Amino acid sequence: MDYMLSEEEKIIIETARTIAVEKVKPIREQYDEEERFPWEIMKEFAQADLCGVYIPEEYGGFGKGIMGLVLVVEELCKIDGAIALSLAATALGTLPILTTGSEQHKKKYLPGIASGKNLAAFGLTEAGAGSDATGMTTTAVKDGDYYVLNGTKCFITNGGEAQVYTIFAKTNPARGARGISCFIIEKGTSGFDFGKKEKKMGIKASSTRELVFNNCRIHKDQLLGKEGHGLMIAQATLDNSRPGVAAQALGIAAGALDEAVEYARKRVQFGQPIASFQAIRHMLADMATEVEAARALLYASARMIDSGGEKRTSKESAMAKLFCSEAAMKVTTKAVQIFGGYGYMREYPVEKMMRDAKITTLYEGTSQIQKNEIALNLIKESAARSK
Amino acid sequence: MNIIVCIKQVPNTTNVQIDYETGRLKREGVESIINPFDEYAIEEGVRIKESGGKVTVITMGPPQAESVLREAISKGADEAVLVSDKAFGGADTLATAYTLSLAIKSIGNYHIIICGKQASDGDTGQVGPGIAEMLSIPHISYVKKIESIDDKLIKVERMMEDGYDLIESPIPVLLTVVKEINVPRIASLKGKLTAKKAVIKILDAKTIDADITKIGLNGSPTHVMKIFVPPKRTGGEKFNGTAQEAAASLVKKLVDTGII
Repeated sequence: MDYMLSEEEKIIIETARTIAVEKVKPIREQYDEEERFPWEIMKEFAQADLCGVYIPEEYGGFGKGIMGLVLVVEELCKIDGAIALSLAATALGTLPILTTGSEQHKKKYLPGIASGKNLAAFGLTEAGAGSDATGMTTTAVKDGDYYVLNGTKCFITNGGEAQVYTIFAKTNPARGARGISCFIIEKGTSGFDFGKKEKKMGIKASSTRELVFNNCRIHKDQLLGKEGHGLMIAQATLDNSRPGVAAQALGIAAGALDEAVEYARKRVQFGQPIASFQAIRHMLADMATEVEAARALLYASARMIDSGGEKRTSKESAMAKLFCSEAAMKVTTKAVQIFGGYGYMREYPVEKMMRDAKITTLYEGTSQIQKNEIALNLIKESAARSK
Repeated sequence: MNIIVCIKQVPNTTNVQIDYETGRLKREGVESIINPFDEYAIEEGVRIKESGGKVTVITMGPPQAESVLREAISKGADEAVLVSDKAFGGADTLATAYTLSLAIKSIGNYHIIICGKQASDGDTGQVGPGIAEMLSIPHISYVKKIESIDDKLIKVERMMEDGYDLIESPIPVLLTVVKEINVPRIASLKGKLTAKKAVIKILDAKTIDADITKIGLNGSPTHVMKIFVPPKRTGGEKFNGTAQEAAASLVKKLVDTGII
């Protein structure tokens, strides 16, 4: 399908594709098996300018917005959904600085991230605060020109590997949702340490760790936006970042579809390629239609975000993430089905794709949370019309 | 440090088709790419220049050869020169080396010239050293590592079958490089945009003041007498049986064929 991509967007796809095929494909199984963080590949991403694709040019990026990020992540995830996550999760950690940071924050942090020298991470989730972020117990208590942080964040992608962390903590627990603030904290800050490294079902080449704050003193200049605005910053960030997860899901699905079609053409049973059987053909047709519909919704949402304006894009972002991630599960499951017994073996790529796909229906809000977001916006829009 | 990198566009195929009438390679209808060995030359040039200087890529070929020059720019080269003229057509390695040497003279002010060790289509490996001879500068072929370099002297490792030679040379010098020297980078987003906008300088026979008897087909003393695909080697003959029987059969065969 023709999505009227610009010349620059085509260059982005071509570059990401080259790196995915030449650099990522030969090592993807090994990194999954060894649960190794892909620093070597991150250097390739950096050298090719992929790390800063969404960061404005004045801060050293390529200035191609969320659409640029979506194209890079999709293309990389066709080959491997875990290695590309280091780049996508950095975008998630960087977006609060991009949307809310002061000029000093931007000048200080964005060039290092755009060049690929530094990775970033986003610290919202806690053991008791998943879908309900207001349940967090990490606190930031003001002490003169400083805030003192205490608490533990969990399941943090890029934890331990990233240099820059955007962390949410309660500055006024009595105010609930309005008592949360957002801070930029650098690795190496005294009182900031890393805890348990998670063992996961998929995305094994990605680091998922606890962040531990123990009387960690942060200068007030590291506060993002205003005190008490943390949850709003988190929501605005997720509006922009969910297309990134959607792109990861779409890429994994598209990669699984490619593998399934190729396998179906080559695998012979009952004296003919299995692609000649209607049962297989119909599965492939369903998969391709899911992938294309997911792509159309995602690109439209990304373009809407990049076109700016005051309008919030919570509903569209949630729709893209919901549809793409659910499509990824359906498509990868069918891909394994088409491969039959071989699909269940680690020797073939679709087993990993199915494992990697599952996370996309969970993080940055489960599919059910996306539905809540969509429905809430439908009701709000209807109420606004009937005023 | 000013570096000139000579590159060649070659057909993107390992199965080169041959025109049996003319004895030349068929290039029509095949996508052209940078000669894979020249990718290492570009990368090495760009690495040297990263501590200051400029990389100019140069190729001789038809107007379409512009695309490989743009690709070289996307991988970090600064300027590109296309040496192109109908009169250059049909050049062998001697005429090509002559033409490129004149073009390099007209660019001037260079410290190092880098070429790939050979082209994947012709496989001669003669043009690089030929250019050096015509420019009356030293050349070192099969370079696998640059040990040190300054504006007067270069020290390199030259790959040999049984190890390597450590060679020192004054500058200017021409190097031909082997694939062991580096891992070429993938073109960056910004590099590709720069390449799209780059202005390619074109030099024709007149501009470089070429002697028409030394360029193109006229300047090429190489005449291809015959071109053929070598016959496939077939498997040898195996003598079965006990050691004694096999030895007897082998000796009989050697005697019958007149080898002994």
